[in-house]
Parts: sequence; structure tokens; C-alpha cells
Amino acid sequence: MKREEIDVLLMRAPGTNCDLETVRAFRDLGVRAHLVHSQRVFKEKNLLDYDVLVFPGGFSYGDYVRSGAIWAKEMEYRIGKEMGEFVDTGRPVIGICNGFQVLVETGFLPGFEGRSPEPQVALANNSHGYQNRWVRMKNIGKGNCGILRGVPKGQVIACPVAHGEGRFIMPQDKAEAWLERLYDQDQLVFRYVKGDGDYAEGSWPENPNGAYHDIAGICNPEGNVLGFMPHPERAYFGYLMPEWTKKGRPDEYGDGRVFFESVVRYVEARF
Amino acid sequence: MKYNAKVYVSLKKGYSDPEGETAANALRGLGYTVDDVRASKAYEVSFQAEDRETAEAVLDEMCRRLLTNPTKDDYSFEIREV
Repeated sequence: MKREEIDVLLMRAPGTNCDLETVRAFRDLGVRAHLVHSQRVFKEKNLLDYDVLVFPGGFSYGDYVRSGAIWAKEMEYRIGKEMGEFVDTGRPVIGICNGFQVLVETGFLPGFEGRSPEPQVALANNSHGYQNRWVRMKNIGKGNCGILRGVPKGQVIACPVAHGEGRFIMPQDKAEAWLERLYDQDQLVFRYVKGDGDYAEGSWPENPNGAYHDIAGICNPEGNVLGFMPHPERAYFGYLMPEWTKKGRPDEYGDGRVFFESVVRYVEARF
Repeated sequence: MKYNAKVYVSLKKGYSDPEGETAANALRGLGYTVDDVRASKAYEVSFQAEDRETAEAVLDEMCRRLLTNPTKDDYSFEIREV
């Protein structure tokens, strides 16, 4: 598929607030990025007209009940069937921050046996309250997540987090077994690391929310549904990176670009 | 029949509850002897059901499908006919 023919759907809902940055990142890469309100998508039921589905960050429905819960249930009862078909075609579905919460609440992540009717894991309230800070996440995937094949293995991406509920946890009686499963099925793709690249091991602020095993992002077993808490769209351009003023002038691009470039390259090659 | 229910949702024991811990520290600062505080959320749900048994079953489903994430939340409810 030619790059300029790729249609990326960025859905937004009341309270979404990272949509424009994400659109701008995709458009900079030469794809067609469509920012569409979820109500319109619910009405037109045309998800399958798009090649990539992105749930951007924000605070959909004011984080009422739980972050992402209302939007997720709305997706379920309005276009659950279409979304299931979209995922089954292998097309990329990406959830950033609030989008990750939506994918967990819809049951698509971790999706050990396909979509689960109830969430299998949770993004709970943070250990240190609302966190808005720069963190580093390391790509530890081994290739199952096709969307991330363009991000070199072990690469550390510096970008901000901004959330009150992002502490990745699994059921207490299953946590160890499921962690092993995440590794075995190559679903664990991003972990929080320190400045030297070593894992944060739960230390704050490198692990900003107290996430189990420093987990920042996971994908489904098939590798086409991906969710993570940090915001690469807020680190797409060089002038968005911290401390560039010390260098005199910013680089053209920042750490986040490699992620978006990887998504686009994957779709170009796969479809 | 019309029913009115109060639903309480809280983090399961064993998960750290930063909001509860912060409140406990503040209460201690105010001079109270506090062993523990767990934060919880309450909903009041008014709805109709054929009988009490059905009402409890439906409410339980509402809790599992939306009001809680079973991974992290415990819940309880009090239900009364109105």
C-alpha cells in the first residue's frame, strides 16, 4: 500500500485532548489522518474504510467511573461487531494513554484468548497521584508486535506521561503466571527504564505510576492491537524535547517519531 | 417493582490505595489516631425489576459490566424496594 493512500482514523470523544498532536504526527509522515468524532463513526459504522484505528489520549467522558470505561462500553454496544472485524483483519489498533485504558476496558488487551467480555487487567490510580512528566520507555518486544518492527529492539523512547490512572496491574492470584504469559507470547512491548537504560524496578519517578513490572505497554497475542501510557506524539518534533535549548537549536524530530514511522512502514509493507 | 440501590466500589485489599493512604496521613496530621483509610466510590442506582431476586442479579451484572473492573475492584450493594 502506498503511503499516501493509508487512511488513519483518529477517533475522538468528549474529553479527548491529544488528538491534534497525533493527527499532526501522522500527517507529517505523509498519510491521510482523519480526525472523526466517535458519534459519527457510530452512526456511519464505517470503521473498515480505514487502515489504522487510533484512540488518542485525553480524559474521555471526564474519566467518569474509571478512565476509559465509558468510551469502551460505548464502543462495545455501538460498534462492537465492526471493531471486532477490524481487529480480525490484522489492521493496527493503537491506544495511547486514555486509548490504552479504552483497549483494556473493551477487553481487546491483553486479549489472551481473543476479546474478553470483562477487562482482564487494570490501569489503576497512580502510586503518586496525577503524573505529568518525562519518562523513558524501552522497546522490549521481540517482533510479535508488527506495528513496532520499525522501532529497533531495545530502543529507549523519551516522552511524557500525563495521567492519574495508569498503574498496570493484573489479578493478584494470576499476576506471576500472566507475566510469564505476556513474555511467552511476546506481548510485553514497553517497560519504563531509568536514564541508563536499566529497568526502573518500581522506583519513582522513572516508573511514574507504580506499574507492575514497570509495564508501560502491551499488545495482543496477534500483535496488531497495541496500547501504552506514554505520549510519543508529544515528543514527535525536536522542539518538543526537553533541554534542546542547551544545544542551541532543536533537532528536526524528537524521540516519538520512530514509533509513528514504524506504524506507517508496517501498513505500507503489510497491506 | 421499583428499586433503589447504593453500590460501593473500592480497590481490592492488597492493592495499594494512594488516595486512602494520603487521607490517612492527613487525618493523622490533624491529630486523629487512624489505622487505615480505604477510599471507595458510591453510586446510587434507581431501576425497575420484576422482583428482588431479579433486581439483585441485574445490579450485580451492572457492577461487573461497568461500575467495576473485576481485576482491581471489590464491590457491595444495599438494595431496597421503593
